[in-house]
Amino acid sequence: MSTGNMNLTLKVWRQKNNKAKGNLVDYKLSEISPDMSFLEMFDVLNEQLINKGDEPIVFDHDCREGICGACSMYINGRPHGPKEGITTCQLHMRSFKDGDTIVVEPWRAKAFPVIKDLTVDRTAFDRIIAAGGFISVNTGNAQDANALPIPKLQADAAFEAAACIGCGACVATCKNASAMLFTSAKISQLALLPQGQPERYRRAQSMVAQMDAEGFGNCTNTGACEAECPKGISLENIARMNRDFYAAKFVSEEEV
Amino acid sequence: MADFNANIPEGELTVKWTKLRSSMPLVNPANKRSIEIVVVGSGLAGASAASTLAEMGYKVKVFCFQDSPRRAHSIAAQGGINAAKNYQNDGDSVYRLFYDTIKGGDYRAREANVHRLAEVSTSIIDQCVAQGVPLAREYGGLLDNRSFGGTQVQRTFYAAGQTGQQLLLGAYSALERQIGMGKVEMFTRHEMLEVVVIEGKARGIIARNLITGELERHFGHAVLLGTGGYGNVFYLSTNAMGSNVTAAWKAHKKGAFFGNPCFTQIHPTCIPVSGDHQSKLTLMSESLRNDGRIWVPKKKDDQRKASEIPEDERDYYLERRYPAFGNLVPRDVASRAAKERCDAGYGVGKSKLAVYLDFAANTERYGRIEATKHNIQNPDHATCMRLGREVVKEKYGNLFDMYAQITGEDPYELPMRIYPAVHYTMGGLWVDYNLMTTVPGLYALGEANFSDHGANRLGASALMQGLADGYFVIPYTIGAYLSKELATKPIPLDHPAFVEAEASVKSILDKFISIKGTKSVDFFHKKLGLIMWDKCGMARNAKGLTEAIAEIQQLRRDFWSDVRVPGTADEFNPELEKAGRVADFIELGELMCIDALNRNESCGGHFREEYQTEEGEALRDDENYAYVAAWEFKEGVKFELHKEELKFENIKIAQRSYK
Repeated sequence: MSTGNMNLTLKVWRQKNNKAKGNLVDYKLSEISPDMSFLEMFDVLNEQLINKGDEPIVFDHDCREGICGACSMYINGRPHGPKEGITTCQLHMRSFKDGDTIVVEPWRAKAFPVIKDLTVDRTAFDRIIAAGGFISVNTGNAQDANALPIPKLQADAAFEAAACIGCGACVATCKNASAMLFTSAKISQLALLPQGQPERYRRAQSMVAQMDAEGFGNCTNTGACEAECPKGISLENIARMNRDFYAAKFVSEEEV
Repeated sequence: MADFNANIPEGELTVKWTKLRSSMPLVNPANKRSIEIVVVGSGLAGASAASTLAEMGYKVKVFCFQDSPRRAHSIAAQGGINAAKNYQNDGDSVYRLFYDTIKGGDYRAREANVHRLAEVSTSIIDQCVAQGVPLAREYGGLLDNRSFGGTQVQRTFYAAGQTGQQLLLGAYSALERQIGMGKVEMFTRHEMLEVVVIEGKARGIIARNLITGELERHFGHAVLLGTGGYGNVFYLSTNAMGSNVTAAWKAHKKGAFFGNPCFTQIHPTCIPVSGDHQSKLTLMSESLRNDGRIWVPKKKDDQRKASEIPEDERDYYLERRYPAFGNLVPRDVASRAAKERCDAGYGVGKSKLAVYLDFAANTERYGRIEATKHNIQNPDHATCMRLGREVVKEKYGNLFDMYAQITGEDPYELPMRIYPAVHYTMGGLWVDYNLMTTVPGLYALGEANFSDHGANRLGASALMQGLADGYFVIPYTIGAYLSKELATKPIPLDHPAFVEAEASVKSILDKFISIKGTKSVDFFHKKLGLIMWDKCGMARNAKGLTEAIAEIQQLRRDFWSDVRVPGTADEFNPELEKAGRVADFIELGELMCIDALNRNESCGGHFREEYQTEEGEALRDDENYAYVAAWEFKEGVKFELHKEELKFENIKIAQRSYK
């Protein structure tokens, strides 16, 4: 039932560790089923490598349903592969043809150093959130949830920004390796909600400062991030972030 | 034997928690600064506990195996979170949520714990909204609710089909805030491999840095496990690939009893298996049962397409068998009913192991309402379907997209094909009312413990329990223990117990590498999964379970003599990580079968074929089995049973009926 009839050539980035030099290695795969997911195809390849006594390819993955944001493969020059609106784990082999050659690389960015093979270090994202991506409310301080009505359209817009899964595709696809789409999605989510107002300008300043400190590049409005985002996070968020960042210089009384 | 007392407070059910909370010993702010707490796991339970404890002033260390705490598997929860807010004015109350949960769990949960859960449920929603979690709202600006299984009120809060993601990101942001302030030290890509017990108390952990392979010793005055469930013992489940039992199992082997291990939830609406290559199963949220109708053809082995089968030749078997709850019966009931139809030869699709979940009727109904709103008089069917599709898309768009992506079929046009799959484990580490295991100072939170869901969890209750434990229970109950630990100075990491624990971890890792066998870790994991699914799955019987125990013991021997783990222990080596997890799953699998064999009754998700009513419903034996089976680990992978009697003083125990 599982075996299919697709024959493929994979060119996969292999790199022993952070210090080692990496290179693309060719692998031939046969009898791949179009119903397999892209990562299941990697499972098959790894099983073959183990059986041959070779080292399997290391890649990040976990939920395999497009929500945890762990998987991160740069496939034929595009983060998460050729289809729009999905992550690598949701990509199925029916999106490829028999005989295809597929090139698979890790995310490339100065702020995302390679750890091994296709795995990179994305902890810079966590540090951006730690710098201000929250509302300062200790447990137990909340009023009744319905005491603060929020217009549906505003709540929906905040939800759309909050859909970001922190995978880093936006950084990987950006020629400047900018993290503006990621950072602005969190800033927007909270700026659109009344709960987020007290820290609004402080937040924009701290998060942007951390983003710069991590070594992410600047935004030159190519829009590649929006095009490749598996969750459809909009460029409007970047505009909103920039507005808040500059407004902070005028309205915020505190220096961050 | 370890202390085995549920420590349920005295007094009326409704005041137990408030009274205890007000009389619990406290730790003063100055002392909190010198107390260290280790939290393993960064999901809803772990992240909410860690952030809250840090806010209170404790020094906290958090460990997760993922590259970021935001990726814990709580993120994948779809449908919603329950709370007894009664915003819909439909008669909901704390008591009703308590009652539904006890009944839903088929009378195998502790009354006092469940009542506390219902009490704090409302505060969770308040807290999350304050954090900026974008829960769904109505046009009036107030929060929206939907229905879930096993209840007749609308008490489920949600954020489209991404409720878990939004709640987890809320807890994650609270956690990151504490990390930024230096009050929580975060260890990502670290896996806990041992609990360090000194003079009978949990005093820290051994963790492996997954990138360098280094083993690290970490001290804590207390250790909290929020490490999730063990559904991956079945290999195929809706769990994430990394979800595992290892932390809980190490604790078990260090003296923590394991409660009701055989209580597994098989979720009725998952995308069916498509082939041997399958690595995981994907859930289609229970919220879909709000708007979808489940059916199979009335004719056996019907080869026609769904659209060609006329209405009167369809068997809406849930509505037929359970008119009062219909498609919204609890998960265990819905799963068994699907299995019954498929076993009887009425299944659909290529494998015949699937039933239809059909949205056509409700899509049209929504379309009609939309047409009225838009002043369209007498809309035709096509108009209704077009308008209705927009409504369905807003409610469940991401789920429909997921389905289309995986199956290559369009669920807006064709009914979904679904089949039950392993989803959640009600069993877990046994804990007392304070969430402490039988090892003093070692706590278990969220899915990792056994406490609140009995033999079957109701939909939208897992998120509620994880956050209840983390935000509102442990911050209070841990004070009772820590207030007596003020004199305990941090224990030096060269203490013999730390040295010994590290050495034992190292010897296991070296063993995996040195076997150099012929089969991959996945080979054994798949084999274990098949045994468990066939013999300890949706239906169990004494013969199958007895066979399974023998087969698993043989599998354990084979694993330890023939597994092949490439690479070394001092590098980033995911195969080595998997080997450790599968070794623990194999031992757990045996215990699950032993537990299922011991429980000579059917209740909730535990269905023993020998014990059923004439209509095929679960037949409980309250006389002999109204207890929590708490298992103690013994040398040589042996297990000893202890029983915690369950007393029902506020609810009249009855045959569960959803008819």
